[in-house]
Amino acid sequence: MNGVHDVLAPAGPQALALFHLWNAMLVACVVVFALTMAVLAVALWRAPRAGERTRPDLDAHPRREATLRRSVVWGIAGSSVLLVVLLFASFFADRALSALPLADAVHIDLVGHQFWWEAHYEPNSPERTFATANELHVPVGRPVLIRLRADDVIHSLWVPSLGGKKDLIPGRESTLALRADRAGTYRGQCAEFCGYQHAKMALVVVAEPPADYERWRAAQRAPAREPATAQERRGLALVEQTSCAMCHAIHGTRARARRAPDLTHVASRGWLGAGAVENTPELRAEWIARAQKFKPGVNMPPLDAAPDDLAAMSAYLGSLR
Amino acid sequence: MDDARALPSRPRPRRRARKAQASDRRELLRDGAGAGSRAAVELERTWQDKPGVRGFLSANGHKTIGLRFVVTAFVFAGLAGVMGGLMRHQLATADSHLVGPDFYNQLFSMHGTTMMFLFAVPVMQGFALYIVPLMIGTRNTAFPRMSACAYWLYLFGGLLLFGAFATNTGPDAGWFAYVPLAGPQYGIGKRADFWNMLVTYSEAMGLMVAVDITTTILKLRAPGMTLRQMPLFVWASLVTSVMIIFAMPLVMLGANLVQFDRMLGTHFFNPAEGGDALLWQHLFWFFGHPEVYFIFIPALGFVSAIIPTFARRPMFGHDAIVLSLITTGFLSFGLWVHHMFATNLPELGKSFFTAMSFMIAIPTAMQIFCWIATIAAGRLVMRTPFLFVLGFFFILMIGGLTGIMLGSVPLDLQVHDTYFVVAHLHYVLLGGAVFPLFAALYYWFPKVTGKMLSERLGKWHFWLFFVGVNLTFFPLHVLGLEGMPRRIYTYGAETGWQTLNFVSAVGQVINDVGTLLFAINLIRTIFFTKERASADPWGAGTLEWSVASPPPKCNFFALPVVSSREPLWAPAAEVTHVQGLSAQIREGLTTTVIDALPDTRYAYPAPEIWPFVAALSVTVWLVWSIWSVPGFAWGLIPPALAFLLWYWPNKKEAIEEVEWEGEP
Amino acid sequence: MSSRCRDRALVLAVAGVAGALTAACEREARDFLPPRPGAQVAPAASAPASAAAIALAAAMVGRYEHNAYAISAGKRLFAWYNCSGCHANGGGGSGPALMDDVWIYGGDAGTVYLTIANGRPNGMPAFAGRIPEDQLWQLAAYVRSLAGLASADAAPNRDDAFLTRTPESFADPAKPETVKPAVATGRPQ
Repeated sequence: MNGVHDVLAPAGPQALALFHLWNAMLVACVVVFALTMAVLAVALWRAPRAGERTRPDLDAHPRREATLRRSVVWGIAGSSVLLVVLLFASFFADRALSALPLADAVHIDLVGHQFWWEAHYEPNSPERTFATANELHVPVGRPVLIRLRADDVIHSLWVPSLGGKKDLIPGRESTLALRADRAGTYRGQCAEFCGYQHAKMALVVVAEPPADYERWRAAQRAPAREPATAQERRGLALVEQTSCAMCHAIHGTRARARRAPDLTHVASRGWLGAGAVENTPELRAEWIARAQKFKPGVNMPPLDAAPDDLAAMSAYLGSLR
Repeated sequence: MDDARALPSRPRPRRRARKAQASDRRELLRDGAGAGSRAAVELERTWQDKPGVRGFLSANGHKTIGLRFVVTAFVFAGLAGVMGGLMRHQLATADSHLVGPDFYNQLFSMHGTTMMFLFAVPVMQGFALYIVPLMIGTRNTAFPRMSACAYWLYLFGGLLLFGAFATNTGPDAGWFAYVPLAGPQYGIGKRADFWNMLVTYSEAMGLMVAVDITTTILKLRAPGMTLRQMPLFVWASLVTSVMIIFAMPLVMLGANLVQFDRMLGTHFFNPAEGGDALLWQHLFWFFGHPEVYFIFIPALGFVSAIIPTFARRPMFGHDAIVLSLITTGFLSFGLWVHHMFATNLPELGKSFFTAMSFMIAIPTAMQIFCWIATIAAGRLVMRTPFLFVLGFFFILMIGGLTGIMLGSVPLDLQVHDTYFVVAHLHYVLLGGAVFPLFAALYYWFPKVTGKMLSERLGKWHFWLFFVGVNLTFFPLHVLGLEGMPRRIYTYGAETGWQTLNFVSAVGQVINDVGTLLFAINLIRTIFFTKERASADPWGAGTLEWSVASPPPKCNFFALPVVSSREPLWAPAAEVTHVQGLSAQIREGLTTTVIDALPDTRYAYPAPEIWPFVAALSVTVWLVWSIWSVPGFAWGLIPPALAFLLWYWPNKKEAIEEVEWEGEP
Repeated sequence: MSSRCRDRALVLAVAGVAGALTAACEREARDFLPPRPGAQVAPAASAPASAAAIALAAAMVGRYEHNAYAISAGKRLFAWYNCSGCHANGGGGSGPALMDDVWIYGGDAGTVYLTIANGRPNGMPAFAGRIPEDQLWQLAAYVRSLAGLASADAAPNRDDAFLTRTPESFADPAKPETVKPAVATGRPQ
C-alpha cells in the first residue's frame, strides 16, 4: 500500500506534537551521549598506560578524588535536571495529544480482525452510516474520532504520519483522535503481533479536501452500482451464488454476510486484502482465485473457477466504484 | 593446635557413652596446612566429582554446575543466533520467500524465548555460581544440590522446547505470548503449551539458583568480608538474586493461569466471562521488566570487576555503585507499564511510569560516571577484556538513551512495537550484557581453564563485533521511525524499507565473522595451547585470583580471612587463613550476614543423584500435564516421590555429622 | 544391559520418537493452501455430492481431525456460517444437538460431510457449491470434535467468549453429553 508512513513527516497536530518531542529528546540524548563519550575519550587519552604487573595504586589522592567526586556530582545533577526537563516535555506533549478539539468530528468505528480493518462511519446516525474496509477517507482539517474494538486478538492501529498508535484489545474499547492538516495518502499498519498475516494488515488514510470527502461519503452510502455489461452481470450472478456471498456484503445485492470486508465500493479502494495486492483487474482475479498465494494464512479461501468466470467476477467487482 | 583464629569451642552435646566406632580410629585430617600436604591431598579427594555416568549426573560442585550453565547457555545462544540470522536474511529484501509466515513466527518467538530464558539469565547465573564462591572465599554454594537440580531443569526445559520446535510445535506467539493470541481459542495446537511449560522450567530454575546465591553471599563469605568489603560483582549477584526471587514466581503464575485457561477452561483472560486480556500483560511485564535487569545487573558486576584490574586502582565510588545497584534493583519493579503504553490504561497512571523509567537512568548514570572516573584516575592496561568494557560504554549509552525516549508515553506511542524498539533492546542487551559477558569470558577464562585466550584474535573479535553490532542495529532505529513494525515476516517494496534492512543484514554477517573468530579462539586455546596461565595473570585484587588456574577442587586449601576490598592488593598481602575445617568431609564456615564474623561450621551436601532424578520427575509431570488434564494431578506423583526420597533423612549421615561437629 | 535388550530399547526409542514426530507434525501442520479440489463455482444448490467426493471427504476429514489448524478453522466457520442459529453451539435447538452421541443419519466422517454438503430434510441447508470443499471437510471435522470424535489433542479449547458449553477438547465419546432440545420439536432427536 502506498502512502506516507514516516514519524518524521507529520501531517497533523498529533504527529506534529510528537515530532517536536522527538526532536527535543534527540537533541538532549545526542548532547548527553557526545559529552559522555568525549569525557571517556579524554580519560582514555590522558591516562597513562600500564601492564598487568604494574603495582596497583592504593594511595589516597585526596585532591584528585575530590575533583572526581565533584565531577560525578555535577554529572548526576546535570543529568537529573535534564531528565526532569524531558519529563515535563513528555508530560506536556501527552496533554497536547488529548487536547485536540473534537468539535464536528468524523466518528468512525474501527474493528480489528485477523487480518483486516472493518470501518463503520457515523455508527450512531442510521441515516449517515456506511461500512467500508481497510481504506479510510477523512476531510482535511476536521478531527476524526476513531473508536477501536477488536474482534479476536489484540491489534494496534498506527498511522505514523498522523499520530501515535492505540491497541485494539478484545473486551476493551479505546479511542484514537487524529486530524490530517494536509491532503495526502497516509499509510498505517497493524502494530501488535496478531498472527500469520500481521505483516500484511495495512490501512490507508486518504485525507482530502472537504468537498471531495463529502462526494466520497455520498458515494459510499449509495448501494452497489448495477452491472452494465453482460460480463458484469455474469460476475454478479457468480458472486451471489458462490462462496463470495457467504462472507462478503454488497449492499443492493443478495450478498449480505458480514464476516469479511464490505465490497459495496471495493473498486474505490486502491488495494485489496489490507494492502496485500493492488486493486487492478488481473490482480483482483488472481486474488479471488488464490488469496493464499499473496497472503498465506488469510481467512479467505481459494476459489477454483474457470478463467472466464474469474474475469467476470473481477470485472463486476471492478465496477463497484 | 589452638590457633588464635580457631573457632570458639562449642558446648559438647550430652550423649550416652557410645561404643567405640570405626571413625575413632580414623586419623582426623584438617585443612589449613599448605598445598601438597596429606591434608591437601585428602581435601582434593573429598571435593572431587565422582567418576563415571553416575558421578556426572550427581555432581554438585559449584564450578562444575556453573560451567555447565555457561556452556549450555552458549549452545542455546548459538542456536538462537542462527534463528536471528535467518530472520535478518528473510528481511534483507522485500517480498522475500525464504521462510513463510508460520515458520517466521516460530523463528522470532524461539529467538526471543531462547535468548531471554535459555541464554541471558542462565549464563549470568552460571557465572555467579562459578565466580561468587571463589570471590568470597568459600568452597561451594550454600545449596549445591538445589543448583544441580536447577541445571537439569534448565537442560530438560531447553531440550523440550527445541524438541517441540523440531516438530513444528515451537511457540509462535512471541516471547511474551500475549493472550488472546496464545490463549485457548487463537493459540491453536500445543505450541503455547510448550511455551508455558518452558516458562515454568525457567522460573523454577532461576528461583533455585537465586536462593542458592543469595544464601551463599549472605552466609558463606570469608571472615572479615563485611558487606562493605564485598566485591562489586558479588553485590550485583546479590541484588539480581533477590530481584529474581520477587519477580520470577509471577511469570510462572501468569503462565500457569494461561495454561489453566487453555487446559482446564478457566476464564482468567476471557473478557466475556469477567477476565481481562490485559491482566496477562501486567503479570508478564511485572516480571518482564525486572528480567532485563537480571541480565543487565550482573553485567554491571562484570564491568565493576574488570575496570579496577585494568585501571590498576580500586574502584572510585564503590559505595555509590553499591547503592546504585540496590536502587536500580528496587526501581526496576516500578517500570513495567512502559511496555503497555499503547493500551487504554489511564493516561495519568501511564505518566507515573514515565517518571519511574526516567528515574532509573540516574543510578545507571552514577555507575557510568564512577567507572569513567576510575578510568580517568587509573593507569590503563589495554587488553581484550578492557576493550569489551569500552565497547559496552558506547553501545549501552546509546541503548539507554533510546530507552529514555521509549520511556516517554507520547513518544512511545509512535515507536512502540516498531523496529526502534528492536534496535533499543539489542543495543541494551548486546551492549549492556553481551559485551560485558565477552569481557568476563576473556577475563576469567585463564582462571577457569588455566590458559589465556589469544589477545590478537580477541582484538579482532572485539572490533568485528563492535562494528557488526552497530551496523546491524543502528539502521533499525531509522526503520522504526519510517514506520516498520515489529514481528513482520516480510514487507512490500513500496515501503522503501529494503535498503536499511539490507545494510543491517550485512552487519549481521560481520557479527557472525566476529563470533566465528571467538569460536576459533576458544577451540585453539582449549585444544592446542600448551602454555599454562599463572594464578593471577591480570594482576587482579579479588580472592579468586589467589588460587591456582584452574582452581583446585576444594577452591582454597585454607579458607582466607580478609580485611580489605582487594585482598590481593592489600599492603603486605595480609590475607590470613582459617584453619581446622575437616579435609575428609565437605565442610565450610558460615559467617554472620553483615559483619562476617565466624558463625558455624557447615557440612556441604555430598554429591547425590537425587537432584537429577527430581528434575527428571518434574519433566514427566510437566509433559504429562500438557497432554492430559488428569496429568496435572497424577503427574505430581513422580516429583513427590523423588523429592521425598531425596530429603529422606539418613540416620547414618546424621550421626556422622553430629560427630564431626562435636570435635574440638 | 544385554545387547539384545539394548537393541530392542533402541528400536522402541526410535519408534517412539518417530511416532511423536509424525503425530506432532500432523497436529501442528498449517496447510494454508488446501489440497485439491476446491469449490465448485457453478451454482449447485441441488448438486448431490458424488460417491468419489464422499470417499475423498471421509479420508480428508479423517486427516483434518488430527490437525489443530483445520479443526479451529472449522470452528470459525461454524460461527461464520451461523450453524449456531439452529444447532446452538452444539446443544441443538431447531436442529439436533451435535455434542451428544445421537446421530440421525450417522456420525462417521463421510456421513457428516454428506449432511453438510447435501443438506437434510426438515431444514438442514446444502452447502456444497456454496463453500469450498475443504471448508466442508473442516466443518465436518469440527462437528465430530464437538462429539469428542476428533483427536483430543487437536480439538479446540474454550472459546474467548461467553461460556456456552464445555470445551471441545473435554468431549469424551465414551461419556457423551445428554442434551435435550430447549423446545419440543416433534422430530426424532
